[in-house]
Amino acid sequence: MYGFEALTFNIHGGYLEAIVRGHRSGLLTAADYNNLCQCETLDDIKMHLSATEYGPYLQNEPSPLHTTTIVEKCTLKLVDEYKHMLCQATEPLSTFLEYITYGHMIDNVVLIVTGTLHERDVQELLEKCHPLGMFDSIATLAVAQNMHELYRLVLVDTPLAPYFSECITSEDLDDMNIEIMRNTLYKAYLEDFYKFCQKPGGATAEIMSDLLAFEADRRAVNITINSIGTELTRDDRRKLYSNFGLLYPYGHEELAACEDIDQCVCHYLFQAKEICRSPSASPSVIGSYAIPWEMLMSWHS
Amino acid sequence: MGESSSWSRALVQISPYTFASIGIAISIGVSVLGAAWGIYITGSSLIGAAIKAPRITSKNLISVIFCEAVAIYGVIVAIILQTKLESVSDSQLYAPESLRAGYAIFASGIIVGFANLFCGLCVGIIGSSCALSDAQNSTLFVKILVIEIFGSALGLFGVIVGIIMSSQATWPAKTA
Repeated sequence: MYGFEALTFNIHGGYLEAIVRGHRSGLLTAADYNNLCQCETLDDIKMHLSATEYGPYLQNEPSPLHTTTIVEKCTLKLVDEYKHMLCQATEPLSTFLEYITYGHMIDNVVLIVTGTLHERDVQELLEKCHPLGMFDSIATLAVAQNMHELYRLVLVDTPLAPYFSECITSEDLDDMNIEIMRNTLYKAYLEDFYKFCQKPGGATAEIMSDLLAFEADRRAVNITINSIGTELTRDDRRKLYSNFGLLYPYGHEELAACEDIDQCVCHYLFQAKEICRSPSASPSVIGSYAIPWEMLMSWHS
Repeated sequence: MGESSSWSRALVQISPYTFASIGIAISIGVSVLGAAWGIYITGSSLIGAAIKAPRITSKNLISVIFCEAVAIYGVIVAIILQTKLESVSDSQLYAPESLRAGYAIFASGIIVGFANLFCGLCVGIIGSSCALSDAQNSTLFVKILVIEIFGSALGLFGVIVGIIMSSQATWPAKTA
């Protein structure tokens, strides 16, 4: 019921809400981006960024700077702010914030397993992992030979354990299997997150439904485009799509049957237009469908 | 006695001292509840917003002061009401005059208490929004303060009506 939340919201959420609003004022503006565009060298970029909120993170870096260093330090700012919020949050906000990291965890797991398959050094891979998705036993992933071991040795103690029930096979890990594992895990994660957001109801359910539906649809299109021309069968492709989102279920049928990019794009746009015309679509979702169309066009050309 | 009992008879037989005392308790207790509620609502937002914008702290304490004023109204009216409590001789205790005085003090207490409760809540919520928007854009402070001033007038209305109500709480004169 809207209207009376202001009476009790500040008990658990007042401080964090104020902090988040403070972070908003630290975002880079169009003027900042213009300045960055004028830069000639990386040192210029460092100088311009030192006037923004990213300054303290870059000031101790010795020149010559590397692009990866800049990206790493700026990501560190996000991670610090996230950790501060996580330790100040109470339930259910703390669980919600932890859900955000599971996606990064899945990406890190796949990164390390793929890297090990291609005989890369574990330390090198660990440095490339996203800091938000780190967990304690992540280095042991390099030892696992197939999915059973992966699960039994490492993942059963992580929050990703419940997402594994659909994808444990006893085959050895290779590139195809790893991609399928990534997408199956991500599907289970999105559905779990969606269910979690429906429970509090109110604004959380409304806003997160839109965002997660967009993410699910975006990944469905991504999977379709990436699997055109590979050995992935239609049924396997169908199994990787999430069970919610605006393309579910009829859009998924169409997408599963696509054989080339043009077809996929036509179906997608048709679906998106139908969805945008339906009275249940909110303005935010209609706006968000415009973006992937641009992305699709850039893949195509 | 042999008379049939009913709720109206039961209510009339409650001592007017009880009603008056409860009125005084409500006047101070519920006002303080409103003030405290408002202060914590404002305070939590103010602390969080002041991390990125430390300049807002001194100006935004005014919201906390407005909430505090609500508790002060409650204390003042409680003190006024308790000076209206007089002893009455036993024979006069349930006379209509006594009952009227008791009810008047009770009503005054409820008026002031609940008016201050909602005033405190209102000022607290506006104060929190004031702090958050001042942190983003300092020209907004004075404008939102105007809203807060209107909100704090609600408590004053309650105090005025409460005092008028209690001024007519005259107990019957002691017969020698």
